[in-house]
Amino acid sequence: MTVLLLSLAACNTTRSVKAAVKPEKDRKSAPEFTLKDAEGKAVKLSDYKGKVVLLNFWATWCGPCKTEIPWFMEFEQQYKDRGFAVLGVSMDDDGWDTVKPYIMSRKINYRVLLGNDMVGSLYGGVDSLPTTFVIDRGGRVAVVHIGLVSRTEYQNDITRLLGDGIVPETGGSAPAAAASTGSGQ
Amino acid sequence: MKRNETGTVKVHFQLQQGYHSNSNTPSEDYLIPMKLSWSADPLKVEAVEYPKPSFEKYAFSEKPLSVFSGDFEIVTKFKVPANVSSGPALATGKLRYQACNDRMCLPPKTVEIPLTIEIQ
Repeated sequence: MTVLLLSLAACNTTRSVKAAVKPEKDRKSAPEFTLKDAEGKAVKLSDYKGKVVLLNFWATWCGPCKTEIPWFMEFEQQYKDRGFAVLGVSMDDDGWDTVKPYIMSRKINYRVLLGNDMVGSLYGGVDSLPTTFVIDRGGRVAVVHIGLVSRTEYQNDITRLLGDGIVPETGGSAPAAAASTGSGQ
Repeated sequence: MKRNETGTVKVHFQLQQGYHSNSNTPSEDYLIPMKLSWSADPLKVEAVEYPKPSFEKYAFSEKPLSVFSGDFEIVTKFKVPANVSSGPALATGKLRYQACNDRMCLPPKTVEIPLTIEIQ
């Protein structure tokens, strides 16, 4: 009989933290990225400038992520005409083979992109899922939620940012690409 | 271990408090099961025995999930063929698991378990 001892899991234990929308002066630019959507189209975060964006890192194997997805679908439907979009970034290693069927089965109405470690690193590592960045109309991160938070918290973030009148840094309205991407799958 | 006999190896795992891992038989299709596999030639793996899972309900799950948490052991039974030379044999285990707490999940991970078994 041989006995070995191994400690598992959580060398990177991130705590779920309740976060509030930061004052404008404390917000930093959300890192730019280009990722592909389920149709193979390259999507940049900057395509969404001028919109409030809920950028959600998730995976099909993540139970808490699945709780949030129906909320995000409601938000997409409810607020898309007010300059809001949800962007889901899947961190599944198996890629579209796993993610596409999930999108179809859940009838996800917002755009889902396939993430990678590089984009995860840009956003601080994204060690835990779900991790969600709510980005203001100027492309700045207004609030970060790590772990499952309540639907009400997200809704408060979104309505506050939609109503706070922040002008995009570059001025002007959202690019044409953004206008067509809000609910496209 | 002796030639032509079966020996057991117990690997004791400790999951950090507050975290659980899906068991080897998760309750939902989408969950990643815990799996211990071995590369142990010339030893033969006869069985990998997981502990009995517990069924826990979490904030994100509608029904209880089959999980391991806290301290648990996985037992592997190795058969030593009769024609194996005596001396040390190297077995390498790979444990794949995916852990969560009640509000968030960590990415799936694979841990290597190197083991030297003395054949008599």
